[in-house]
Amino acid sequence: MTIERADIEKLAELARIELNDATITETTRSIADVLALVDQLQAANTEGVTPMAHPTDAIQRLRPDVVTETNQREAFQAIAPAVEGGLYLVPKVID
Amino acid sequence: MHNKTLAEIIAGLNSGAFSSVEITSHLLNRIRQLDPQYNSFITVTAEAALASAEAADRQRASGNAPLFCGVPIAHKDIFCTNGVRTSCGSKMLDNFVPPYDATVVENFARAGAVILGKTNMDEFAMGSSNETSYYGPVKNPWNIHCVPGGSSGGSAAALAARLTPGATATDTGGSIRQPAALCGVTGLKPTYGRVSRWGMIAFASSLDQAGPMARSAEDCALMLNAMASFDPKDSTSIDREVPDYTADLNQPLSGLKIGIPKEYFGEGLNTGTEQAVREALTEYEKQGATLVEISLPHSHLAVPAYYVIAPAEASANLSRFDGVRYGYRCEDPKDLRDLYMRTRGEGFGDEVKRRILVGAYCLSAGYYDAYYRKAQQVRRLIKQDFVDAFAMVDVIMGPTSPSPAFAFGAKGDDPVAMYLEDVFTIATNLAGLPGMSLPCGFVDNRPVGLQIIGNYFDEGLMLNAAHQFQRATDWHQRTPEGLE
Repeated sequence: MTIERADIEKLAELARIELNDATITETTRSIADVLALVDQLQAANTEGVTPMAHPTDAIQRLRPDVVTETNQREAFQAIAPAVEGGLYLVPKVID
Repeated sequence: MHNKTLAEIIAGLNSGAFSSVEITSHLLNRIRQLDPQYNSFITVTAEAALASAEAADRQRASGNAPLFCGVPIAHKDIFCTNGVRTSCGSKMLDNFVPPYDATVVENFARAGAVILGKTNMDEFAMGSSNETSYYGPVKNPWNIHCVPGGSSGGSAAALAARLTPGATATDTGGSIRQPAALCGVTGLKPTYGRVSRWGMIAFASSLDQAGPMARSAEDCALMLNAMASFDPKDSTSIDREVPDYTADLNQPLSGLKIGIPKEYFGEGLNTGTEQAVREALTEYEKQGATLVEISLPHSHLAVPAYYVIAPAEASANLSRFDGVRYGYRCEDPKDLRDLYMRTRGEGFGDEVKRRILVGAYCLSAGYYDAYYRKAQQVRRLIKQDFVDAFAMVDVIMGPTSPSPAFAFGAKGDDPVAMYLEDVFTIATNLAGLPGMSLPCGFVDNRPVGLQIIGNYFDEGLMLNAAHQFQRATDWHQRTPEGLE
């Protein structure tokens, strides 16, 4: 599997990470190295093996559908970059 | 006073030999004087520490002292602490002051511990050298030109420099055991689910596990007694009684069957490291244990499987850092896309970005089966290797890391070389098994770690094996020159 600059640019767009133009070549090279390491998996015989999602095959614990949290809006908004009137502020999305 | 173990501090406080205020201020002074050299703390909470030491002394005088009442420890800066900045070693969270405590933090608070501060770490726990921290690398107290290991390098170095007698840490692929080995301290990664992950900033949720780091197995047992709990707030926390981990420390080891995986002694293992580990195994034989050669045939696939699963989970977990609700936000975003792109581009360091991109790649349409599903299948093969081995032996032993501490920059531009630092530790995370590291010798005055891998929930047996080794040897008591 070869990975190119254009692939990295697409991934960066999907992951919403701006990459510096000067380092993108280096990033492409190092990610190609990581993927070469990961490609060793392809040699493993995994026919009929069930994928393992949890080390001890535990199942999701359920709880009664009741409110357990108290409202902490003020505490949470106190650490936000920008808020107004109890709302989080972001740049205008719709004109 | 700074050479005292947690067990000695608890005894000293109980007997009235010294007060919590005395030992706390002694350690705070030591941190102030020495830590500029090592950079093992990101935040020192001196004022709060002294206040809680005073409160602990009053509580003790009233005759009602929990186990850690007045005992100073430090928390890795990955655990949320109410009102105290929790950075996770990242610019992204440089200004993040959580409005709540992690369960681990709460458990230690309930046990009466005094918190000295928050220790340095690789950014978002991604690294094996502490070089990815936004706050600069931690220096190894045994040799300041060498790395302390990572990601819990600050906790390990603070212990080695005798700045704290105990520290919390986390381990996703070796982040407790490898720095413990490189700094000559004892660290334990418990069974997945034994310690709550609630309030511990997530890296790879199916692998992350918190554990203790200290200067002896006995101290790790004491810390695990306080740390481990069933937590309804962590959906993967295991509802199982927490035993007293100190109860079996003094059991003799005669009859113990120790598996020695041949794959852990192959090419790439430093000869001095191998020699120290082999000598440690001889000590176990002397105590009546039997060494059994075993095979973990899928070991070579652990690092490749990990570098699919961990980045994939990280890319999902770290999508929450968007510059909207907390943490870093870029200047003057022109629209929402620009806000996301620049916040994440500026807030994350290179290694974190690399892993998010690798994870996004492995999860992207058309590649999921070839990468993520394949890795999850290999994960089961790796687990089965251990299941087969534990049918024959009680514990598994080998080196923690392939070589002792390396120089800063030695693996700087080669992520794959850095990833191979964890070649012996990663498989236990994939299998969810407990693993620990304890000091067993030196190579050129740099410590070597012996790794003990146990069966699920066998932390008590591992601590027993480690404690018996530490009763017969003094590697864990060695102190870097000038820091005695």
